[in-house]
Amino acid sequence: MNSIILLSVLGLGNLFLGFLRSNRLLLPAAMLMLALVFGINLIDWNEGAQSYFNNMLVIDNFSVAFTGVVVLTTFLLIPFSQKFVRDGAANLAEYYSLLLFSLVGAVMMVAYNHLLILFVGIETLSIAMYVLAGSDKRNLRSNEAALKYFLMGSFTTGILLFGIALVYGATGTFQLSDISFAVQNPINDSLQPMLYIGMLLMLVGMGFKVSAAPFHFWTPDVYEGTPTFFAAFMSTVVKAAGFAAFLKLMVQVFPAASAQGVWLPTLTAMCALTLLLGNVGAVAQTSVKRMLAYSSVSHAGYLLIGLVAFNGQLEGASANGIFFYSLAYSVATVAAFGVLKLVADQRQREDYNGLNGLAKTNPLLAFVMTVAMLSLAGIPLTGGFFGKFFIFSAAVENGYIGLVVFAVVMSMVSIYYYLRPIIAMYMRDTDVTTDEPIQVTSFQSAALFVLALLTVVLGVLPGLISGIL
Amino acid sequence: MLTVLLLLWPVAAALLLHFFKGGAARVAAFGAALVELVLAAYAALTFNVNHTGQFSYNHEWIASAGINFHVGMDGLSLLLVLLTTFLVPIILLAAYRRNIENESVFYALVLFMETGLVGVFTAQDAFLFYFMWEVALIPIYFLAGVWGGANRAKVTFKFFLYTIVGSLFMLAAFVYLYFQTGPAASGLAAHNSDIASFYNLNLSVQEQSWLFWLIFAAFAVKMPIFPFHTWQPDTYTESPAPATMLLSGIMLKMGIYGCMRWLLPVVPSGVSQWQNLVLILAIIGIIYGAIIAIRQQDVKRLIAYSSLSHVGLMAAGVFSLTQIGLQGASIQMLAHGVNVVGMFFIADAIERRTGTRTIADLGGLTRQAPVLTVCFLVLLLGTVALPLTNGFVGEFLLLAGVYEYNAWMGAVAGVTIILAAVYLLRMFQRVMLGPDSSFTATFTDLTGAELAVLVPLIVLVFWIGLFPNMFLHLSEGSVMGILNEVVKR
Repeated sequence: MNSIILLSVLGLGNLFLGFLRSNRLLLPAAMLMLALVFGINLIDWNEGAQSYFNNMLVIDNFSVAFTGVVVLTTFLLIPFSQKFVRDGAANLAEYYSLLLFSLVGAVMMVAYNHLLILFVGIETLSIAMYVLAGSDKRNLRSNEAALKYFLMGSFTTGILLFGIALVYGATGTFQLSDISFAVQNPINDSLQPMLYIGMLLMLVGMGFKVSAAPFHFWTPDVYEGTPTFFAAFMSTVVKAAGFAAFLKLMVQVFPAASAQGVWLPTLTAMCALTLLLGNVGAVAQTSVKRMLAYSSVSHAGYLLIGLVAFNGQLEGASANGIFFYSLAYSVATVAAFGVLKLVADQRQREDYNGLNGLAKTNPLLAFVMTVAMLSLAGIPLTGGFFGKFFIFSAAVENGYIGLVVFAVVMSMVSIYYYLRPIIAMYMRDTDVTTDEPIQVTSFQSAALFVLALLTVVLGVLPGLISGIL
Repeated sequence: MLTVLLLLWPVAAALLLHFFKGGAARVAAFGAALVELVLAAYAALTFNVNHTGQFSYNHEWIASAGINFHVGMDGLSLLLVLLTTFLVPIILLAAYRRNIENESVFYALVLFMETGLVGVFTAQDAFLFYFMWEVALIPIYFLAGVWGGANRAKVTFKFFLYTIVGSLFMLAAFVYLYFQTGPAASGLAAHNSDIASFYNLNLSVQEQSWLFWLIFAAFAVKMPIFPFHTWQPDTYTESPAPATMLLSGIMLKMGIYGCMRWLLPVVPSGVSQWQNLVLILAIIGIIYGAIIAIRQQDVKRLIAYSSLSHVGLMAAGVFSLTQIGLQGASIQMLAHGVNVVGMFFIADAIERRTGTRTIADLGGLTRQAPVLTVCFLVLLLGTVALPLTNGFVGEFLLLAGVYEYNAWMGAVAGVTIILAAVYLLRMFQRVMLGPDSSFTATFTDLTGAELAVLVPLIVLVFWIGLFPNMFLHLSEGSVMGILNEVVKR
């Protein structure tokens, strides 16, 4: 709760900072605010479940952990915000404030205990994202991305709302524990179909937010048009918060065997399809940014395995797996997008060849990108390996061997496209367009170093956080 | 604790190497590798052959999953740690006169790989073993890919993909086995991945049968065994000489060692079920590698195929499941490591002087370079397995092991010695003897630095050849232990 209040107040405060017209001040201020929120958030750790607003919002270890992930991710992303809007006259404070406000939505999504809070959280997050997707106003692609994201997003929000309404109709409540009770002890059998349809519609709505197939088609186009900085935010914060909300929904609301019989096969099919389309789609890309977009789809697939294999409580192995995976994935993705943004800003290209010879001109950028790619591919020594390891072993433990085998085959496919940037950076020579070193501020270098270090620490000492939930 | 020190020192040195530039990095890396060798030598001197699992260290790594950082050494581990720590300084020295870009990074990667290799040979926990297995792969991928020849991107990609896919199968098998175990002696997790628990599992023959292939896939690719070998000749050829030496001298042994430690005792029924097939594949590899080696025009490729042929024999010895075969594999791992590193070094020395590796372009080197000739001949005869050299002991024991299992297979595998003599002596004749060619007219003999690489290797050729019992004695206890595990179930 503290973090929600603090984020809102700081977001507003940030707008006033904008009056100073000092862009040099805004960036450190935003980082300071996020550091403050991160610290305040940790106060609630191990304090037990605290409920607010008539039990509509519950702060427990689960929500604290995921709030930590989204705030930390944003904190590490902020250093790459320099020059993210080409329009010099734009008021940058607004963008930082929108980021902070969207984080409020993310925190609500991980802490909700009432379907309305979930809805409000998703909308708070999404509306900020619609604006940010179109923040590069003079760029047609950015406009296209914003419009596409907005149209598709509001359409699925409608579907989600419709689902919530049907579930309310069938159970008479928005409160998670009450819905769960009503699902397990149905009063009226004729209402069951309504409940299940509502549940599946909610599944569709959530599937869109985390870009799970077959609701992923917006992802590559929107990412491509969105300024890279916000695309990184989209693929990390939105996904981590979305999965936390998704997990909570499935674990706390629909654990009943009868309901599971409906959503579990659906989710399993979605999971397999997401893995397939994400990975195969990424292979065909020539633009690194589009590859990362498809990669974000494929990682939604791996996370869905954790959802499918959940074992009934938010403290279990799969919740821990999803937490670890979200963190490792977010850190690696921020690093990848960060490097891509720096390279693309200067070289004006986002394809693989734009990375040629980066190891010679900017060894640090190449190294960080390599760590990020290895982590996303799930190679040991990086956090990504243990993320996959925990999720897969939770799934094996619960008997989803076929799904895991498929996921492993798909991650073999993923090695192909994650190695391509590495090959370009280390094994191809520079040409005229790529022989200039990329300008990196020392601030950004420090952030990249921290991101790489964090990925390696997660990959060498996963025990630090692997069992905390 | 000594094992932990052996693991941490190279990686710490690799990180510190960042602060050295150019020539200083070279000296610092070599010094660090020598320190590691001293540590390993100290371990060998204080090692008690009558005990298993020494210098062990067990600390929880991922407490919530019951995975421990458990390392330790028995005789077999110690032999391979000695081989690794002995070859790494040699390989660093071999890189001495080469013009390497970003030297400090290059040497840091070699040292980093040393940690992975020592980790593979000392890990006593399945997931730690897998982890170290990949830690050894990443640096060699970059060593070969960044500093390699013109075709490196494609070749190393194939190498990386092959090995990682193979090892993912192994990981899958380990995860399956992990869920069959009970809780660890201490700790809260429901399962554990300690090697002792894996040895004590009760698995049905059916389970073992498919688990065998999952685990074997990783080792078969790494060795490599026919038909999983297609990455090998290209990778050996395209890699810079130090990387080739690491690959053939040490990394290949990870596969053999893995079979002995993590395959035979874990799924013994699976092994006995597929033993015949693996032996046949290994023997096909022996003959196939040798025949292709005869046809090679490129010195480096010839040695690569010769290595393929020799590793087939080692695999055959391991899968004969006889004490003599396993002992032969243990000592042959050392001998092959020494010989193949020496051979690749000489091939590299010739290439640097003449600019060519093609056999037809060379000739008459004996007259200009008598010292090189002697060194080359000694290493070559070691590889051919002439009595009194290191190769003889290993190959003799290996062939005896295969013969004990099946006389016909032993006879066919024995052809390897004849074929090796054919292709190696033929190469020697055409490269070193005969008339000069335009490439070899201004050939100079070995320099002092190069001799410093070759002399220790040649000493070992004779040392292992004349006093094999020193080494066989070390591995005997481990080999008996492995065979007991196999027979027990």
